[in-house]
Amino acid sequence: MKIAVLSGKGGTGKTTVSTNLAKVMNWDYVDCDVEEPNGFIFLKPNVLKTKKVNVPIPKIDDEKCINCKKCVEICQFNALAGTNTGIILFEKLCHSCGACELVCPVDAITEEERSIGKIDIGQSEDIKCMRGVLDVGEPMAVPIIKELKSLIDEKPTIIDCSPGSSCSVVSAIEGVDYAVLVTEPTAFGLHDLKIAVSLVKEMKIPFGVIINRAEEENDLITRYCKEEGIYLLGKIAFDRKAAVLYSQGKLLIEDEVFRKGFEEIGRKIEGVKRCN
Amino acid sequence: MKICISSTGKEKNSIMDERFGRCQYFVIFDTETKEFKALENAGVTSAHGAGIAAGQQIVDEKVEVVITGHMGPNAMKVLQGGNIKVYKGQGKAIEEEIRLFQEGKLEEINQAGPAHFGMGNRARGSW
Repeated sequence: MKIAVLSGKGGTGKTTVSTNLAKVMNWDYVDCDVEEPNGFIFLKPNVLKTKKVNVPIPKIDDEKCINCKKCVEICQFNALAGTNTGIILFEKLCHSCGACELVCPVDAITEEERSIGKIDIGQSEDIKCMRGVLDVGEPMAVPIIKELKSLIDEKPTIIDCSPGSSCSVVSAIEGVDYAVLVTEPTAFGLHDLKIAVSLVKEMKIPFGVIINRAEEENDLITRYCKEEGIYLLGKIAFDRKAAVLYSQGKLLIEDEVFRKGFEEIGRKIEGVKRCN
Repeated sequence: MKICISSTGKEKNSIMDERFGRCQYFVIFDTETKEFKALENAGVTSAHGAGIAAGQQIVDEKVEVVITGHMGPNAMKVLQGGNIKVYKGQGKAIEEEIRLFQEGKLEEINQAGPAHFGMGNRARGSW
């Protein structure tokens, strides 16, 4: 059983929801927000193992290269340019498809590994915690997310996603059993929630919504969920206590009221799990 | 010699485009035949690497001089690989830019400016 926590809009509380739920439900936690993984700040695991993530990129042998530019023509990502002084590789644009190596008529292209980040694996009490960390300046998060997901075992796992609905989110939620969409009761929150909803619907992933920083009983998100028949998993109150705990790097479940709220959400998710 | 100007239109009186990788057209002027030719920029529709695609197109056209407003690091690398010189235009009409270049009034750009200049980030200048 894998559950993904995503949001559309950034800063709505994906990591807050993911880490607190992981703790109350005793599920493993995987931080797929590799550009800014911050779940470890709250779960504080002991990192037991770190592995590098490499991607293959072409290596061009200038001695063998006849400057035919076939590799430039085949590259769909503009990662190669052909000039009269030779082929230029823009490694950050390379998607590691290997087409250039296949079309080279003189075998001047071989693959070499390039490091783009790392994966940390640790333990926080009973919970296994993993996170991907993309190196600063690297544009492509997907290879790290894919490798991270390949390391998830059979244990129930919560996957913390990056904001938005781009490739990074798509690859993080691919194959999950359920999606938790976190939002806030603002116009931006609703706007981006709609995008996230259309994404999970498109990918045929069952989902529910959590409203963070909830103040009113019948806010615009609650109304939207009712209209659309979307299951509301719960609300997290807009409370100063939450901000204080968060700013100290603590989990909200240290507070009894919040703990009960997350336990309730956890029970609802367990219900979903049984339905599955 | 072929001179290429990043352009907002296809005519010789079109206004130069400040952007290189994301300009609409390239107008190429051949100093020997005195002919103008307009090309659609291959880079403008690229999701990534617009400057590289645009640069490749210019290299393939066997251009020797490029006049534009700003050039990012990737496009610069491609043009330098093709031994193409880059000059900073003044944002005027294509014909005018060519005249200014021929009179030696345009400055050569040797260093790339910030990446993604033309992507709505002018206020900040870069990402």
